[in-house]
Amino acid sequence: MMHSSLVMYDDDYRKLLVIIQRLAQDATAKGVFLVDTNGQMVAEAGEMQGIDATSLASLTAGNIAASSGLAKILGEEEFPTHFHQGQRDNLFITLAASRIILVVVFDERSSLGLVRLRVKKAGTQIAQVFEEIRKKAEREQSSGGSSPFSEITDDDIDNLFSE
Amino acid sequence: MSFINYSAREINCKIVYYGPGLCGKTTNLQFIYNRTNPEVKGKMISLATETERTLFFDFLPLALGEIRGFKTRFHLYTVPGQVFYDASRKLILKGVDGVVFVADSQVERMEANLESLDNLRVNLAEQGYDLEKIPYVMQYNKRDVPNAAPLEELRKLLNPGGKIPDFEACATTGIGVFETLKATAKMILKDLRNMSR
Repeated sequence: MMHSSLVMYDDDYRKLLVIIQRLAQDATAKGVFLVDTNGQMVAEAGEMQGIDATSLASLTAGNIAASSGLAKILGEEEFPTHFHQGQRDNLFITLAASRIILVVVFDERSSLGLVRLRVKKAGTQIAQVFEEIRKKAEREQSSGGSSPFSEITDDDIDNLFSE
Repeated sequence: MSFINYSAREINCKIVYYGPGLCGKTTNLQFIYNRTNPEVKGKMISLATETERTLFFDFLPLALGEIRGFKTRFHLYTVPGQVFYDASRKLILKGVDGVVFVADSQVERMEANLESLDNLRVNLAEQGYDLEKIPYVMQYNKRDVPNAAPLEELRKLLNPGGKIPDFEACATTGIGVFETLKATAKMILKDLRNMSR
């Protein structure tokens, strides 16, 4: 369904966090980020606390969306991995699941080969978690499960805008 | 497509400002950015050309407050208005929760308004959205210019039957900017509530 929300519960979030923390460690990465293809930051790990993660997420999603458009023009299905080399830091970006982008930031302590290798394993695990999330969402939808929205009132919404 | 994070107790939604070139989409975001407290907003990103025309998008994250313990965050995006950037507009509409159509009130921009509105409808439909069904607000911008078309005429063309909320605005001075944003955010939250019931 086009308009379904991405709903992340605590247990799913923790699973993802464990995977990306391990990836950050194994790949000797400075930071690992999971970003929704619509530009929302899902989870982050590593030593890059304080970075503007919201902007990083939005720009990563824009980058992936633009490359995906380019791929289609060239008759490719997708360009699933991207590598940006900087003077100090490098970025490795890959699609981990249909709507999730995995971003790894690394410097001279690591290498592209190592990052690629570690991302491969972590990517599979991340895809599995999102498959579970998708199934859970389907089950909830068919059973009319709970949502934080179902209980809110007009007053709750109006109060948000009262100065 | 909203993102509900139970772990961080956050709800994230995406609003896209659409409209013809130079209608004031970026100006809307700039005014919001300039008039909100630092703790409420994130950094505003503008991917623009050297002449400050939007090349890909502008982005502004806003935290509006809490609803039932959930922080509600809205990510505001603009699209590039120029006709030839259609591929980029399609990308930015991905996962949209609500749309603000910024119309240019100048008489000579009427055709551009209609063309852009039609383009919005087509681009949304390509992604399975129906403009009639998603949260959607009309803003008649540049009401202060001398060659502005009468409001009734704009309504007749762009919001026939007054089906959606519409606002007169002057984005450079801020008139109507927050009213438009609030109406859109409210519609999105009500829509999410109705979908979850």
